[in-house]
Formats: sequence, structure tokens, C-alpha cells
Amino acid sequence: MSRRARLLLFTAAAAALAVTLGAGLAGLPSFGGQITSYARILNELAPRQRHVTDVVSAITFDYRGIDTLFEEFILLGAVAGISVLLRPLSDETRQLPRDKAPDRAIPPPSPAVWLLAVFLSSLLVLTGLETVTHGTLTPGGGFQGGVILASAIYVVFLGTNYVTVERFQPAPLLEASDGVGASGYVVIGLLGLLAGASFLSNVVGLGVTGNPISGGTIPLLNLVVGVEVAGGFAILASEFLDQTAVIRTRRR
Amino acid sequence: MSVLAYGVVAWLFLVGIYGVVTSRNLIHLVVCLSVAQSATDILLLEIGYRAGGHAPVFVSLPAHLGPAVDPVMQALALTDVVVGAAVTALLLALAVQVHKRAGTLDPDALRATRE
Repeated sequence: MSRRARLLLFTAAAAALAVTLGAGLAGLPSFGGQITSYARILNELAPRQRHVTDVVSAITFDYRGIDTLFEEFILLGAVAGISVLLRPLSDETRQLPRDKAPDRAIPPPSPAVWLLAVFLSSLLVLTGLETVTHGTLTPGGGFQGGVILASAIYVVFLGTNYVTVERFQPAPLLEASDGVGASGYVVIGLLGLLAGASFLSNVVGLGVTGNPISGGTIPLLNLVVGVEVAGGFAILASEFLDQTAVIRTRRR
Repeated sequence: MSVLAYGVVAWLFLVGIYGVVTSRNLIHLVVCLSVAQSATDILLLEIGYRAGGHAPVFVSLPAHLGPAVDPVMQALALTDVVVGAAVTALLLALAVQVHKRAGTLDPDALRATRE
């Protein structure tokens, strides 16, 4: 299809879509008006029923916990798919770039860059751990904190070089944390079955509202999700980095 | 106000799809898809908004009085963001391999290499 024909087709389709979308959006309740009674009930009930202060966490990991289980598996599947897509193919090989001018040393990164990388990466690790562990109290949780934790590795790479960052991300450990995190969610779900309740029910002691350890299974699930997401995003970073750094076409 | 709020959603979605349709570069295409996808995030949060409402976090109650916004929509937006990130990463990995095989990222040029 030529670009012109494609654009014409898009214009017709977009006009039809705009009309139906407009009609659909016009039928929504007015912006900023009432929220659903389900949401009102949850806002009222969740802090008392689950001893958490962040209702979003209670919904994600408790009331709709099974959704999050599948969401976690989507992430695991995507990471596995990317690992397969970006593997060294049959005509490719892994090798570090060779120094073609060994008489001239590569200048080391400036101390300011190095210091900034050390400072920022430790700050990111700290913020990540804080976000993962306080998911029941304040906005945050396993998904958000996991991404922050993984981004520390990007900062280490920016401040140093490929060889250094490889030491920070041993592939077996990352892959293990991805798998352990995903299966940990199922194990915590099975606790409910062991206690005679249904899968993923909140059977652990709820604790005192406002304490870091409160909300029963919610902080535990936050923790395993944090491990999985941190591992998964670190794998993503290393897979894409490998493509530019070490994977090259084999010479014949 | 409603018109403006929901208009942004429709506009973002259409402009993202327009970018996908007319894209000349697969990476640009993936970014355009993310723009279209972000319309759903905004729609979810807007449905859950309540005028003058605060976040559904009840950590220091005297600090925020008044109603809270819909926490269900925020949880759904979180799911949306995670799935969006997974899709974007997968598509970018595909783009890397396409560039290696075909030597180009232009979707139109890809069709020519097949013929």
C-alpha cells in the first residue's frame, strides 16, 4: 500500500474512531464528579479490614491479587521473550571489543562522573528498597521499587564501563531473582490454601496499622514482586547492553 | 471541563496511532505506540478523579481532609504501565533484530527487501 493510500485509509478510520470515541466518552460521568460506590467502599473499608494506609496497594496485592499474579507473569514472559530474541544467534559470537591501539591507554572516566555514579546508584538502591518495603504505607510497592532498584545498574554503567557493570549483574543471580520472585508470589498465594482459606487470601497476621510490617501478605507480596521486577529490568538492561557491547557477527 | 479532560484522551490516542501509521522508523513507531497507550492511563485516572479529592493514602489523616479519589483506577493504571513497559521492551528487541537482518528500520523498506 502506498503512503498516500495508507494515509487516506487512516483519515477515514480516524474520523470514524473519533466519532465513536467521542460518543463513548460523552457517556462517561462528568470529570471530577462521583466515583463508584465500589471505590468508596474500598476507601472506607481497606484501612480497617487490611490494616494498610495505601489502599492502592491493598487492591493490587489483596482484593485483586490474582490479577497482579498474571500481570507478574506477563512481565516474566516478556523478559523471557526478550532474552530469547536477543540471544547470540548462530552467526554471532560474544566477545569484548579488542583494543586496536594498545599503546594509547583509554582515559578513565573523570572522578566527578565516577563520584556522581557512586552517589546516585547508592541513592537509587536506598530509594528502591524504601519504595518496596513501604508499599503498604505510602505510594509505591514492588513494581515501582523494583524498577528504581534496577535503574541503579544503568547509572553504574553510565559512570564506569561495561566490564565493571558486568560484575554488578551476574546473569545467574538476575535470572534466579526473576524466577524466585515470580514463584514466590504463587507460594504466598498457596499459604492461603494451607490455612484452609482460598488461594491468595490474606492469612498472615495483619499487624498494627501504620507499622512497616502490617497488612499480612501485602508487604510479603510487595517484596517478591520487587525482587522479580528488579531482576527482570536488570536482565533487560544487560540484554540490550550486550547487543551493542559484546555480541558481534562472526567473521568467516 | 469534561470535554477538555476526555478530549485529551481521544487526541493522544489518535495522534499516537497517526504516528504509528506514518512512521518511517521502527523505534519511532514503538514510541508512538507508547503515546497511544498512555491515553488509556490518563483515561483510567480521569475516571477515578473526584474534584478536590486526595490520593487514596490514609497515612496522616489530619493532613488531608475531604474525599479520596478512586483507588481501583490507580491500581488498574499500574497494571497498564507494567504491561506497556513489557510490550515496549519486546518491540524494541524485535526492532534490534530487524535492523540486524534487514539493515534498515524503515517499515516501507522492509517490504521492498522481501520482494
